[in-house]
Amino acid sequence: MSEDATGFPEPSTEPLVVLENVNKHFGDLHVLQDINLTVHRGEVVVVIGPSGSGKSTLCRTINRLETYESGSITIGGETLPQEGKALARLRADVGMVFQSFNLFSHKTILENVTMGPTKVRGVKSAAAKKRAMELLERVGVAHQAAKYPAQLSGGQQQRVAIARSLAMEPTVMLFDEPTSALDPEMINEVLDVMVELAKSGMTMIVVTHEMGFARKAADRVVFMSDGAILEENTPEEFFTNPQTDRAKDFLGKILTH
Amino acid sequence: MTELIEEYQLLAAFWMTIKLTAYSAVISLVLGTILAIMRVSPVRIFEWVGTTYVTLLRNTPLTLIVLFCSLGLWGQLGIELASRESDTFIVDNGFRLAVLGLSVYHAAFVCEALRSGVNTIPLGQAEAARSIGLTFSQSMTQVILPQAFRGAITPLGNVLIALTKNTTVVAAIGVAETAYRMKAIAEFEPALLMLGFAVVALGFVILTLPMGMLTSYLSARLAVKR
Repeated sequence: MSEDATGFPEPSTEPLVVLENVNKHFGDLHVLQDINLTVHRGEVVVVIGPSGSGKSTLCRTINRLETYESGSITIGGETLPQEGKALARLRADVGMVFQSFNLFSHKTILENVTMGPTKVRGVKSAAAKKRAMELLERVGVAHQAAKYPAQLSGGQQQRVAIARSLAMEPTVMLFDEPTSALDPEMINEVLDVMVELAKSGMTMIVVTHEMGFARKAADRVVFMSDGAILEENTPEEFFTNPQTDRAKDFLGKILTH
Repeated sequence: MTELIEEYQLLAAFWMTIKLTAYSAVISLVLGTILAIMRVSPVRIFEWVGTTYVTLLRNTPLTLIVLFCSLGLWGQLGIELASRESDTFIVDNGFRLAVLGLSVYHAAFVCEALRSGVNTIPLGQAEAARSIGLTFSQSMTQVILPQAFRGAITPLGNVLIALTKNTTVVAAIGVAETAYRMKAIAEFEPALLMLGFAVVALGFVILTLPMGMLTSYLSARLAVKR
C-alpha cells in the first residue's frame, strides 16, 4: 500500500462494501432512498449530514442491524445473508462501534475484548487474552483490563469498544457517531485512536459530526440529507466547494462557530 | 407442642414441603427460562407458543392444575410417574404429579420474571453481541440471560416464596405435606387447632424469610452496573 504525503495509506481500487439501490422505509418515512455507495479496501469514508438524514440507518444497514426493502449490499463480493449463522459469520468480519459504546456490562474490559475471538473464532483463551491486552495497550486502556465498563469514563469505554471490534480482525469497521455521547474533553482521545486506525490502512465507514476528523482522515466525504446521498467528494473539495444548496446550508450552519 | 409435632409428623411434613419446593423450583426455573427464550426469539411460532403457554397457565387456578395432574393425567389417562411394582408407588406417583403441576404453573411466572429482567437490558447489548458475530443462542447465553437473571433476582425470589406457600395446594391430592397434616390436626385435635395453625405458620416463616433476605442481598450484590 502506498502512502501519500499526509502519512495515510492510499486506498486500493478494489471494492469492498458495495450498496446498490438500497431502499428502506420507517412507516411513511423513506429513510434510505436509492442509496448507491462503493467503499474500496483501505478507504476511509465519512458520512455527514443533518439529524434524521438517515446516515446512522445507512451505517446500521451495512451489518443488517436494520433490514432494508430493496437493493443489494455486498461485503467482499458476498451478499448480506438474511439471518442465521451465515449472517453471524459475516458480521464477525464487520466491526461496529456504537454511539453508546454498548460494552457488555456484566463482563470485565478484558472479557469484553476476548469474548468474540473465543466464542466466534474459537481462539484459545490464553491467545485471546494476549491479543486483547495488545489491543487494549494500543488504545491506551490496558491498565483498566480487570475493571467493569461502568467504572470507566465514556472515552475509555469507547476505546475499549474499538479494541473489541479490532479483536475480530474485521475487514471493515463501521462507526455510528462514536463521539456523540462523549464529553468534549474525551472526544479527542477517541478520535486519535480512529486516526491511528485510518493510518494503519483499515477500511472505515464513519458517521460523525466531527468535521476535523473528516478533513484529517477521510479519503471521501459523503453528504446525506433526507435519506439520499446528495454529494460525494474529497474532504478538501466538499468543505471548500460544496455543490448542492443543502450542503452549503448545512456547512454554513456548522462551520460558522 | 412437641407432642403435636411428633404425633402429626410435622417435621416430615415440612421436609416434604421443602422437597416439593426444591424440585419444583429447579424444574420451573429450567422450563421458565426456555419459555422466556421462546418469547424473545425472532421465530414467530416459538414466540406464539411461549406467549400462549404463559397466558393459559398463569390464568388457571393452581388447584385445578394440580387436581388435573392427579385425576386427569393419572386417573383418566393412566399416566404414571412411578413404577407400579414399587412399594412406594402411591407416595412417589403423587409426589411427582404434584411436582409436575407446581412446575408447569410456576414456570409461567418464572418466564415473566425473566422477561422483566430482559427488559432491563438496553437494546444496545444485544446489538453489540450480534455485531461481533455471536449467533442468537450465543448472545442469549453469553450476554442476555446472565444480565436478565441478575436483573430478575427480586421477582424470581417472589416466585420462589409464592411457590413455597403454594405447595400447600397439593394437600388436595393427598401428598403428605404440611397443610395435609394441618388438616388432620384440625380434624382430630380441635382443642389444639390454634396451636397447630401457629406452628405451621411459624414453619413457613422460617422457610420463606431467609429466601426474601437472600434475594435482597443477591440482587444488590449481583446488580449489573451500567
